[in-house]
Amino acid sequence: MAVLIDKTTRLLVQGLTGREGTFHAKSAAAYGTNVVGGVTPGKGGTTHEGWPIFNTMAEAVAKTGANTTVIFVPPPFCADAILEAADANVALAVCITEGIPTLDMMKVASVLKDGKTRLVGPNCPGLISPGKAKAGIIPAHICKEGTIGIVSRSGTLTYEAIHQLTRLGYGQTTCIGIGGDPINGTNFIDSLKLFQADPETEAIVMIGEIGGTAEEEAAAYITQHVTKPVVGFICGQTAPPGRRMGHAGAIIAGGKGTAAEKMIALTAAGVRVVKSPADMGQAMVESLKKK
Amino acid sequence: MKIHEYQGKAILARFGVPVPRGDVAFNADEAVAIAQRLGLPVVVKAQIHAGGRGKGGGVKVATTMEDVQRLASSILGMTLVTHQTGPEGKLVQRLLIEQGLTIARELYLGLVIDRAAQRPVLMASPAGGMEIEKVAAETPDLIFKEYIHPTAGLEAFQAQKIAFALGLEGPAVKQAVTLMTAVYEAFKATDASMIEINPLIVTGEGNLLALDAKIGFDDNALYRHPDLREMRDLSEEDPLEIEASKFSLNYIRLDGTIGCMVNGAGLAMATMDIIKIAGGEPANFLDVGGGANAEQIRNAFKILMSDANVKAVFINIFGGILRCDILSEGVIAAVKELGVKVPIVIRMEGTNVETGKQMLKDSGLNFTTADTMAEGATKVVQLSRG
Repeated sequence: MAVLIDKTTRLLVQGLTGREGTFHAKSAAAYGTNVVGGVTPGKGGTTHEGWPIFNTMAEAVAKTGANTTVIFVPPPFCADAILEAADANVALAVCITEGIPTLDMMKVASVLKDGKTRLVGPNCPGLISPGKAKAGIIPAHICKEGTIGIVSRSGTLTYEAIHQLTRLGYGQTTCIGIGGDPINGTNFIDSLKLFQADPETEAIVMIGEIGGTAEEEAAAYITQHVTKPVVGFICGQTAPPGRRMGHAGAIIAGGKGTAAEKMIALTAAGVRVVKSPADMGQAMVESLKKK
Repeated sequence: MKIHEYQGKAILARFGVPVPRGDVAFNADEAVAIAQRLGLPVVVKAQIHAGGRGKGGGVKVATTMEDVQRLASSILGMTLVTHQTGPEGKLVQRLLIEQGLTIARELYLGLVIDRAAQRPVLMASPAGGMEIEKVAAETPDLIFKEYIHPTAGLEAFQAQKIAFALGLEGPAVKQAVTLMTAVYEAFKATDASMIEINPLIVTGEGNLLALDAKIGFDDNALYRHPDLREMRDLSEEDPLEIEASKFSLNYIRLDGTIGCMVNGAGLAMATMDIIKIAGGEPANFLDVGGGANAEQIRNAFKILMSDANVKAVFINIFGGILRCDILSEGVIAAVKELGVKVPIVIRMEGTNVETGKQMLKDSGLNFTTADTMAEGATKVVQLSRG
């Protein structure tokens, strides 16, 4: 089993007619994902690369029976696109877009809290369940079907972890990029909960970074609820305080949100925390041996 | 984006927050002219993008016009070192000349985004004028918080609760509610990421006034605030960082010797970390973005080579769908064009990796390739030592 996306996924692409949307819709379809159509306001009724295009999410969901959407919409219109997906009651909305204003995301988060839609992202690479489906931009050829769940705030560092595991012969159930923004949808705890409940996931890799307290909250959750082995890495151990390190959420503010604090919290929760990003795969091998 | 105190006060005043009368001066004569308009005494305040200016000697009271002239002349042009500037300090190029006031109480008021709660939080404390991080650590019961619903906004009762908790009485309570509401309106309207008024004072006459103002804006929202973008003071930023931002490169200068060129913010941070583990010091954080095309590579090299401390470069690109032969082509062209002399270590992943590596070997240039991040870090640290 995988979590969040699999062979039952019926995927819409919001912004399918754009360059990024087109490229990644095709690559998702080539991977075997059931891509059922796209939404671009004003282009409804046309087709693009063989897919039907709709003006609204409501119409797209009604006509295609989609249960998932991946969003490639520019930042000024993106919060609205997420809210439209939620209004159409899709179960899962995956937002790739980077650069959405924080106050817009705060509004989105507050609306989503009461709805039926789970958001992954924004500012994330999306997710992939190797051998089954992908929604987003994670390169499929580095993945391998298997038993490790990955959750990460960083895109390319997720690829690094996948690559290390695959090279060592360890495949993945699902890889979830939760994104580098200060306000996001699915967080570490949500992902850990899914992996803990998934019978096929044997162990978990969790990749955090400086800024905020999501890793500390995850550590508390792990102590209480996660029995599967967890390998952790926190990037930004050498980041200067007060500077935003690329991601809007990656900042040590007022001396809080340092990598050291997060590593201590995770270690105390029984997570095998590696100092070097090169050691994520090997640490997983050792964790599984010990088990 | 950060702005100066005088700019922050102007924004707050526009939303109805009471601030002292004052104006910005770029030289001593302007300072005197402003003081003449305001009447004595005045306060001469250094304007830099960092806190702790008072302790560093950047805030002085002047009781005569000679004082104003003398203090303005001495503070302008001085390098102010505070706990927030780093040891190199910041050059003072602007002053705020402000009316002197009698202070009965110093309070703290802040509005920031609480990431865990996913909403803004209004914070206040009777322990104003001190570093709020210190207050939070030592006397957390002296900090009062109200979480604001992102769509409903700040409710009057919440502001009132804070006003009473601060020990305000009589007309000051109503003033405080109006002031806090105005601060929230300013926060919302400008897409601020934080507003801090420290201290918020009660004057001898019992009036509330923002004696300081620190505002940070959400960079992601600046596209809808052209007026705020104009407040950016480039002299407060590192020239190389300004140059990099023109190329949409995410670059932060550090003080090590190993230049880094990476795609993705997380991998870029992790690359700095692994260099440190290998015994070196990163010269920068640099995320060239998802594309990592030939032009971005050239731009990135231009920035890295402008930093004289860089003794070696580590390129760490995990492309996924990126073609490594195209990446190699871009790197070779940039190195030739810019005449890059320092050793370069390249670790890349993507399609056509072997072709890409062969191209680097055949180029006759000073490249070293690595299969993993760890190997790359070890090699670049060795090479940086000559």
